[in-house]
Amino acid sequence: MYVEMKHINKNFGDYEAAKDINFGVEQGKMIALLGPSGSGKTTILRMLAGLEQQDSGDVVIEGEVVNDIPPGERGIGFVFQNYALFRYMTVYENIAFGLRVQKQDKKKIHDRVMELVDLVGLNGMEKRYPDQLSGGQRQRVAFARALAPRPQLLLLDEPFAAIDAKVRKELREWLKKMIKKVGITSIFVTHDQEEAVEVADEIIIINEGKLEQKGTPVEIYKKPKTSFVAQFIGTSAVLDDFSGFKGFEDLPKNNQAIVRPEFVEAFKSDNEKFKSLIPAAETGEITKIAFRGSYLELTLSVNGILLKTNRSLERRPVSVGEQMCVLVYRVYILDEEDANIHKNKLLKGVDIEAL
Amino acid sequence: MSKETNHIKAQERVAKEIPPKAEKNQEKKQKGFVPCLLIGISVIFFLIMLVFPLVEVIYRSLKDGFAAYKNAITASNTLSALQVTLIATLIAVAVNTLFGLCAAWLLTKFEFRGKQVLSTLIDIPFSISPVIAGLAYIMTFGRMGWATPLVEWLNDIFGTNISFVFSVPGVVLATIFVTFPFVSRELVPVMQAQGSAEEEAAAMMGAKGLTIFKRVTFPHIRWALLYGMILCCARAFGEFGAVYAVSKARGKTFTLPLEIDALYMAGSADSITQAFAVSSLLVLLAIIILVLKQVVEYRGKREQ
Repeated sequence: MYVEMKHINKNFGDYEAAKDINFGVEQGKMIALLGPSGSGKTTILRMLAGLEQQDSGDVVIEGEVVNDIPPGERGIGFVFQNYALFRYMTVYENIAFGLRVQKQDKKKIHDRVMELVDLVGLNGMEKRYPDQLSGGQRQRVAFARALAPRPQLLLLDEPFAAIDAKVRKELREWLKKMIKKVGITSIFVTHDQEEAVEVADEIIIINEGKLEQKGTPVEIYKKPKTSFVAQFIGTSAVLDDFSGFKGFEDLPKNNQAIVRPEFVEAFKSDNEKFKSLIPAAETGEITKIAFRGSYLELTLSVNGILLKTNRSLERRPVSVGEQMCVLVYRVYILDEEDANIHKNKLLKGVDIEAL
Repeated sequence: MSKETNHIKAQERVAKEIPPKAEKNQEKKQKGFVPCLLIGISVIFFLIMLVFPLVEVIYRSLKDGFAAYKNAITASNTLSALQVTLIATLIAVAVNTLFGLCAAWLLTKFEFRGKQVLSTLIDIPFSISPVIAGLAYIMTFGRMGWATPLVEWLNDIFGTNISFVFSVPGVVLATIFVTFPFVSRELVPVMQAQGSAEEEAAAMMGAKGLTIFKRVTFPHIRWALLYGMILCCARAFGEFGAVYAVSKARGKTFTLPLEIDALYMAGSADSITQAFAVSSLLVLLAIIILVLKQVVEYRGKREQ
């Protein structure tokens, strides 16, 4: 492991920002710390950087405990949430700052700054001040500034929060490409799961100062380990009791269940493709149809339980009040802290992926 | 192209062609009465409270001719008072700049217990009558004061003969007291608005405290700092009450305001004219400060 957090605890008064946090990050990986606001993810990042001191536990970088090493000597580049560019310095001076602090010679500094300006595509803007740049350009400067002293690890705190939604997607792609190009190990904090899924190699989910799960986006999505993760990721409906539903009769009673839209299939009873699956399906009535741009979101009432599913616009039109066959492929059953996946047992032997 | 889009385009063109000035004028017309009234009230108030009295000062000071004026402001008592005033102001500004910077830094960049209390304590000179401050110094450093043995002990060690009551050091101390909130009061809001992210960014790149202050913090606060220093200066020049309590020797420890008071209280026609002549000196200092303040405010705003 390249970077490690070992049994990290941190309190701010009564508020527990980190409870026994343990994780490791491999070299060259891009990691997202994902969690709702106030979950402690930024504090974890700041402890890694040395901007915050943990109450107990060790921060290890490249096998060395860095607890007592000041932030500037940990070999870390940090991109702040609102970039924190030095507003009284030009783009050039901003990027050069870290190199000047190291008292490198002028020629070297100039070469390195110009190399970075070139890398982030800000040629010709070296003499501008931060307030003369757009949000995206500022982010590029912040990125270049953090990279200038050639850090071994790059930390980014909500790198896209200050950018409007339209440009954000573009910048995400750009940042991911850049980081891969530079090949630097990086950890970024975000509350936006779409962002985490799209950009990160691995996601660490934090809730109330606790590490809930660490894994690839696909793992997190497909095999949520805790009830929090199951609810937090994807669009999830939480149902109080799912037992008694066709194909799920054996489920433990009185446990909450989580159903995502993609776990539910609604089809008309004369549908040829799903004909063989009718025995495994319940009937439900459409209570609401919402147009979501590229698809429809149907809300169906099945024995009084409301389920949601997404329907392609290519399929036959449906209307509110229409009776549909509703098939549930699987659910997550929450058992105190854990989430377990349960498949519809009537579908045993049916190749669902082929549908 | 359809009629409709043509129509929309025409509308846009019309919208663009209305010069922004015209809109502004309209606004002015609508609200014309209220600003006029307010301006009128302010001007009348300003004339009665400030301009006429100041003109009176200049007029009275020159009443007996320029030679008398020159005599008044070059009298040994006046020159001594000017010197004491300048010394006290210079030291007060220097000390309070340092103190104000430390206090503002502490109040904005750190979290600690009693922060609110400290912030309130700094404002005490704003709310306490300066005379009380002066009397408090007498109680502390006077013949019966608890700090007198300490001062004497220090004097013995360093072979000096400093006294804080009825002496120039006392005047300096009183001036420092009444002016100490100005710098920190100007700095706190600016530093609060700035937050500490830029400093943290600099620290992440290995910059040390002094470099961070010089390169990151200072450029941000320089105008507010200068502005605070100017206010501090203005207050120090004009201070009367606190200084009056600790300064009793005319020609030695009197400041300009005390000298003016003494001249005026003497009551003869000559001395009253002299009092106005010396007052005009203070007015002159005030005008210099005012111009400086305007320049600093303007430059500070332009940079933001």
